[in-house]
Amino acid sequence: MNSSVIIFPGSNCDRDMDVALKKFGFKNEMVWHDDQQLPKSDLIVLPGGFSYGDYLRCGSIAGKSKIIKSVIDFAAKGGLVLGICNGFQILTETGLLPGVLQQNKNIEFICKNVFVKVNNKNNKYFNSIDKDVLELHIAHNEGNYFCTSDELKMLKDNDLVAVSYCNEKGEVNEKSNPNGALQNIAGIFNKEKNILGMMPHPERMIDKYLSGEDGSIFFKNLLNNFK
Amino acid sequence: MKIKVIVTLKNGVLDPQGRAIQQTLNGMGFSSVNEVRQGKFFEVDVNEKDEAKAKIKVEDMCKKLLANLVIENFEIL
Repeated sequence: MNSSVIIFPGSNCDRDMDVALKKFGFKNEMVWHDDQQLPKSDLIVLPGGFSYGDYLRCGSIAGKSKIIKSVIDFAAKGGLVLGICNGFQILTETGLLPGVLQQNKNIEFICKNVFVKVNNKNNKYFNSIDKDVLELHIAHNEGNYFCTSDELKMLKDNDLVAVSYCNEKGEVNEKSNPNGALQNIAGIFNKEKNILGMMPHPERMIDKYLSGEDGSIFFKNLLNNFK
Repeated sequence: MKIKVIVTLKNGVLDPQGRAIQQTLNGMGFSSVNEVRQGKFFEVDVNEKDEAKAKIKVEDMCKKLLANLVIENFEIL
């Protein structure tokens, strides 16, 4: 179970992700965006942060970096690609996932714990997780998911909305939507469900004394797929 | 040759910054302002003498990087 975390100029959750992956048993390597080849990996992570200072559009410049071609090839062969926060934005900008992350509806940077409903367990990211609602952390200015009505239909028809913002009881409603995201969408899969992009940060919820442990559940499950 | 491009949000796409600007203008006394939509302006210096060819290149750039066609339109001036 080898993982790689890609570092872009301006990434700032790369080390947190490295700590989380290693804590649960991944052999993780950090990869610089200017490299062209990926180390042998079972999982590629595009971490959170502000790659290229969010210039032009969040994730747009990182989405054209040298390493991305290898990430696209890796994903095409069925490799697991996880994009968190800015990583999710990069995945939409590369076209690996549909839609776009727009500025939050209330024009505020949001940094708080949220609950998300796990909609689909028929995939390697959530397959053996007992809980239906996870408490994770969000910290973003552009998390307002938007896509065309055709894309939304495609996501729904194929059951690709991975996680939705909800309340503690798992109720998905307007009140539990922190950023204006279309239908409370917090994360989505590609059709094959090997690519997951989501705004919440599981790597920030891996210590019961500091935060919470629902992120631990996520990483332990991910690792179980490779045992 | 310098080619100018304007990128705007498509109709119906939420523009929170534009709305904040509109509300500020209203608050400043510009009560006639109904709506503000914020966009981007690019000036691309292309090493190309033929204007038509330069614009074809810039159009390709717009589709691949300068605009996100899910939410934005572009216009080459």
